[in-house]
Amino acid sequence: MTQVQANEGYITADGRQIGGVVMDLRDITLRFGGVEAIKKISFDIRQGEIRAIIGPNGAGKSSMLNVISGFYVPQEGEVWFKGEKRGPMKPYEVARLGIARTFQNIALFDGMTVLDNIMTGRLNKMTSGFFSQAIWWGRAEREEIANREQVEKIIDFLEIQNIRKTPVGRLPYGLKKRVELARALAAEPQILLLDEPMAGMNVEEKEDMSRFILDVNDEFGTTIALIEHDMGVVMDLSDRVVVMDYGRKIGDGTPDEVRNNQEVIDAYLGVAHD
Amino acid sequence: MFYREAGDFKTSYRDDGQTFPIKLDRWGYYAILAVAIFVVPFVINDYWASAILLPFLIYAIASIGLNILVGYAGQVSLGTGGFMAVGAYSVYKLMTSFPEVSVIIHILLAGVITALVGIAFGLPSLRIKGFYLAVATLAAQFFLVWLFNKVPWFYNYSASGQITSPQRTVLGWAVTGSAASPAAKYLICLAFVIFAAWVARNLTRGMIGRKWMAIRDMDIAAEIIGVNPLSAKLSAFGVSSFFVGIAGALLFAVYLGAAEVTEAFGINKSFLVLFMVIIGGLGSIFGSFAGAAFLVILPVFLKNLLVGGFGWPTDLAAHIELMIVGALIIFFLIVEPHGLARLWRLVKEKLRLWPFPH
Repeated sequence: MTQVQANEGYITADGRQIGGVVMDLRDITLRFGGVEAIKKISFDIRQGEIRAIIGPNGAGKSSMLNVISGFYVPQEGEVWFKGEKRGPMKPYEVARLGIARTFQNIALFDGMTVLDNIMTGRLNKMTSGFFSQAIWWGRAEREEIANREQVEKIIDFLEIQNIRKTPVGRLPYGLKKRVELARALAAEPQILLLDEPMAGMNVEEKEDMSRFILDVNDEFGTTIALIEHDMGVVMDLSDRVVVMDYGRKIGDGTPDEVRNNQEVIDAYLGVAHD
Repeated sequence: MFYREAGDFKTSYRDDGQTFPIKLDRWGYYAILAVAIFVVPFVINDYWASAILLPFLIYAIASIGLNILVGYAGQVSLGTGGFMAVGAYSVYKLMTSFPEVSVIIHILLAGVITALVGIAFGLPSLRIKGFYLAVATLAAQFFLVWLFNKVPWFYNYSASGQITSPQRTVLGWAVTGSAASPAAKYLICLAFVIFAAWVARNLTRGMIGRKWMAIRDMDIAAEIIGVNPLSAKLSAFGVSSFFVGIAGALLFAVYLGAAEVTEAFGINKSFLVLFMVIIGGLGSIFGSFAGAAFLVILPVFLKNLLVGGFGWPTDLAAHIELMIVGALIIFFLIVEPHGLARLWRLVKEKLRLWPFPH
């Protein structure tokens, strides 16, 4: 069993070295009017790990992800990113820090092609000014081509070469999910947040998506935090799991620890009846 | 048969990203450009210039401007007439205040002034969307027209309340005023059209254009991936108003020669340009040209047909003409809600497979 130390890494069951804390959430409380969606939750995300957040519907998982991505500002608690406390920020400022995400219900830009959608993921890498882009000379064009090369690598990686010029609105659901992952990856994020990456997929698509998530983590060393309902997938993919219920944290640890945690079993996993 | 990308291999991302990826398109574009620059000025006469070509070119600039705002950035505007008036009155004030400066610079500066006004009236877009924003821009339309009507400084205290464009020359050729030749007027408008289309194309194919389209398609997702909605929306308003202002300046200074604000830049203008954008195709530079051509040429064509061809009385023809244009707009929107640009794209897709579609 893995013992997680304060500021050193640990070695996962499959032998990967996990680094120090990248994101530290301390006593986060989020309220919507009188409803406490998240109650004093603390956990951390470490360099290079795959961290899952699970829990029943309405447990506050997506709200938690929205706090991390800056979409909600918690009333109490602190968000520490790379050793610095993060003040209240606009979502686009958080994106610039290197936190990218996908959405539970796909949030792609339907009117644009797959290529353009993924290129938007790189908008924070662009420094050419307005006038350079207006005359499409020098820097703007060079940057466009350099970014296109990066994007093409991701397109190859996720095996979507054949649809790169197709408008996203015409794609089937499973491919849209993959394009959304590509767009998030294009930003070369420090932390990649995946909100139910496998919702509504069949077994085959789930297998593909799991393989991509593992490959991303393996190849680019990207730290990943994900929400997922499919327990088989979560237990296989993730290094550590946070379990939430009614806005509280009821479990935190490796998949094995969580699986044997009585409170988690009662609230979420359930037991097989004889 | 020849309209194919097959065999025309792109070996660099630069080639792949060009505006006309298919050879035949590219040649067609160069041919049209060559005819427009080197042939038309020698055969143009007063009728063609004032009935068709000048309004087409000027409204094409206005449509490109509005298309950036409505088609690319998804912000509805009904203030186009008012912004064109800002361009017209700016160029008038500049021309009369600094007669020694080139009129080209005046027109560009009028565009810049309109851009600033457009940004100011674009501020509500940060809070409100859709129809509500349209109503807010309607306020711009009425306020600006009222302003140019009520403040005599804008029309240099002229007794009639009109503004009249003084004569100015470019390279020795008169382009404004009564002495200007149709060819000179045509060429200056053409130069601005080429400039507008080129800049608009560059902006919309790059990162700025992607930011606009991201805001249009899903503003929350755009913000999460790093688009600053403030700068994206206001830059769309600015660029859009820049072109609309240039169109207004050309409409007044080169085409009309004299203008009165309620008549020349009323709410009708806003709707006319909006219809051009919608009929031509939202989010397409080509669509801006197609829409402008449709709404400028069709009435002229119908008038010639009804009065010249059938010998109907002019007043009857004028009414029938309005009805036919209206009916055709509805017809086109039902047949192809995405505008002429989409129709053109479908034709091209068919053409790529012709003559062996299976």
